[in-house]
Amino acid sequence: MTMSQQVEHVDSVTTYAVVWIVLLILTAATTAVAYVDLGAFSVVAALTIAVIKMLLVALFFMHLRRSTHLTRLVVLGGLVWLMILLMLSFADFMTRGWTGVPGR
Amino acid sequence: MITTAVAEREHYLNASYGIKSWLLTKDHKRIALLYLATITLFFFLGGAFATLIRIELLTPQGGLVSSETYNKLFTMHGVTMIFFFLIPSIPATLGNFFLPMMIGARDLAFPRINLLSWYLLVVGGLLALFAMLAGGVDTGWTFYTPYSTTYSNSWVIATALGIFVAGFSSILTGLNFIVTVHRMRAPGMTWFRMPLFIWSMYATSLIQVLGTPVLAVTLVLVFCERVFHIGIFDPALGGDPVLFQHLFWFYSHPAVYIMILPAMGVISEIISVFSRKPVFGYAFVAFSSVAIAVVGFLVWGHHLFVSTQSVYAGMVFSFLSYFVAIPSAIKVFNWTATLYKGSISYATPMLYAFGFIGLFTIGGLTGLFVASLGIDVHVTDTYFVIAHFHYIMVGGAIMAYMGGLHYWWPKMTGRMYPEGWARLSALVIFLGFNLTFFPQFILGYLGMPRRYHVYPDEFQVLHVLSTAGASVLAVGYLMPMIYFIWSLRYGAVAPANPWGATGLEWKTASPPPVENFEETPVVTHEAYDYSTVMGEVIEVG
Amino acid sequence: MKLASQAHVHAETLARREQFDTAEQQRDASTLGMWVFLITEIMFFGGMFLAYSVYRTFYPQVFAVASSSMNAVIGATNTGVLLCSSFTMVMAVRAAQLGQRKAIITFLILTLLLGLAFLGLKGYEWTLKFEEHHVPGPSFHLDGVDMQGPAQIFFSLYFAMTGLHALHMVVGVGILTWLLIATYKGKFTAEYMTPVDIAGLYWHFVDIIWIFLFPLLYLIDRHLK
Repeated sequence: MTMSQQVEHVDSVTTYAVVWIVLLILTAATTAVAYVDLGAFSVVAALTIAVIKMLLVALFFMHLRRSTHLTRLVVLGGLVWLMILLMLSFADFMTRGWTGVPGR
Repeated sequence: MITTAVAEREHYLNASYGIKSWLLTKDHKRIALLYLATITLFFFLGGAFATLIRIELLTPQGGLVSSETYNKLFTMHGVTMIFFFLIPSIPATLGNFFLPMMIGARDLAFPRINLLSWYLLVVGGLLALFAMLAGGVDTGWTFYTPYSTTYSNSWVIATALGIFVAGFSSILTGLNFIVTVHRMRAPGMTWFRMPLFIWSMYATSLIQVLGTPVLAVTLVLVFCERVFHIGIFDPALGGDPVLFQHLFWFYSHPAVYIMILPAMGVISEIISVFSRKPVFGYAFVAFSSVAIAVVGFLVWGHHLFVSTQSVYAGMVFSFLSYFVAIPSAIKVFNWTATLYKGSISYATPMLYAFGFIGLFTIGGLTGLFVASLGIDVHVTDTYFVIAHFHYIMVGGAIMAYMGGLHYWWPKMTGRMYPEGWARLSALVIFLGFNLTFFPQFILGYLGMPRRYHVYPDEFQVLHVLSTAGASVLAVGYLMPMIYFIWSLRYGAVAPANPWGATGLEWKTASPPPVENFEETPVVTHEAYDYSTVMGEVIEVG
Repeated sequence: MKLASQAHVHAETLARREQFDTAEQQRDASTLGMWVFLITEIMFFGGMFLAYSVYRTFYPQVFAVASSSMNAVIGATNTGVLLCSSFTMVMAVRAAQLGQRKAIITFLILTLLLGLAFLGLKGYEWTLKFEEHHVPGPSFHLDGVDMQGPAQIFFSLYFAMTGLHALHMVVGVGILTWLLIATYKGKFTAEYMTPVDIAGLYWHFVDIIWIFLFPLLYLIDRHLK
């Protein structure tokens, strides 16, 4: 299991430049979209664009495309754990008041 | 009888001299000993607070200390014992010393970060110690808001900073262990040939790395609220104190698995050696360690059952809390099966292991009591919970730590401890422990609240029993302090493998050379293959 | 168990420190170590993201008004600045992979300048917030909301999250400075450029945090204004 990028593969300037431009375009897009009334979908749009930008940075700038399985598992683990923190906490915050009993 | 051979052979203890060679060492074995000294100091500090608590609780009206001081005593007892003793204990001492050796490595992946981890613990400890000496902190080790953020007049910031810094010690240790296990195993040391202690340390490291940062950021938020008055936990602003509890317990529940998983790893090693049998169900024990680490992150809400957490969330957390008991139970069954038809010897480490199995089982079963929503409403914040976690932390984790210290003492120091005294102190600890904490189950069930120093007269008998037990326990802990130090000079010289154990650490001299092995080992056998150590058994008493 | 007859104690070099058997093992370990560190950072920031999510859910209108008072131009510009710095950083890493010392220095300097520009803009933004009385405390006031408490919570989160992020940027600037000096001294070759590599990972991660902070803090329901 190796990750000898410098021996194996160096990405081209074009690859990086294209990703860079796309990232800037997505930034403009997310800013513009914020001024449009999408109701509840606004937050979905914002997060979707943010996730895409994150993936671009991670896959191309951080070389995750060419990483070991272990590295990708580590990253996935981190994201899953963040989701556990958020979602299981929200299991509380979202279900408060459901019983109709004050304070429960 | 002391031979001259030990003095002449070079090993990690005599390879270099002077304080700089210790304070600037990169050797994981020396760093382990630095940690050993540090956490022992904190253990006795935490014990001192416990002593004062138990003396105060001898009488129903208190009287030794004021309520404010009592609040500080139990807070500082908890903070010291959890963050500066138990969390580092086995990982930073036995893990640091033996993880590289058990996988055939020369050191951890990042030795200088390992040294940094120790300094961080020391700095964190000094900050907390400063807070204690300057007046103490009275919020409970749980720092619940808004008391800790707004109303307490005690040294919250210094203590929080100390824990924050110590947290990074823990994170970096976990990071180091994870990378070491993945990348530095000797040739032939596959995952399923590793000793189960390594599996436990790996699982512990996962928790340290994923959980501790949340504690860190929570302490940052408490800090910001106290110092800059930018608050998110303040109900007056519309903040939710229960959010603090979610953030705090997201770490602090998995933290208890940081404390118990390494202990379970030690027990696996000891039970195997002193039954002269491979651990039954190796794969189950290995995977159960990882399962505990993972599922342990899904149960924190059981600490919030009587907060304003929603009942539906409570039910989810309760169910998951029952679920997390299963891998622990699997381990207990496998250890028992290992003992079955084994050739059992009652050396001191094994006595501690037996104590562990019994006491951890009681502690674990009472965990099921408190995992039940209905029961917890009555016993939460009572002495029942205190007894529950002390059975696991002291009856479990500390006994395993003591067992591990005895087991590996010959390898670390090149000396045997005195077996007779060691067995006696194991017995004293076991008896003292039960006398201290079993009455507390009853106290809690009868309604004695935790963190109170004034109580109804009818509880006094049980409190007196508990305090009596605590004095016995204290004697039990002092005895090893004395004979371990005695053994450094007067103990029998230890051979490379006094127990006839398998495992790479026993294939090298006691104490080991600086680079651990004369040559990099190549592993061709499974773990716990006793056919490889025939003829190396030494009868113990 | 056999003992291999391979000499295993060797002279230590930067690329192969004594605990490692090969340079490749060291490289793999260092990279894995940085990635593990980055996931601790995910959880570190994650706590604040939880707090933000909870209070945005509790007080959506207040958060929307508060967010609209943020300067989206500065926010978007800063996002662009950081994205450009990620580009220059990965170009620096690429130059290091190719052993191009001068190019490494050029791109590191550009990254450093962009990072400082980000910090400068952020500092300026904070002074604006101070002048507008949006700093939580006794003189806090946000126009357009009844519930000043939750508005203060928004700004508490704003300062805590961008403050923590800025702190990471400052550390990043420090790391870049060290890298510049080391590169200038000729410490890195195509075979040994791991510090540049893992510093890049750190820098990109801090950028990713900002990628989320920008829409979450600056762009909540802008259409309402």
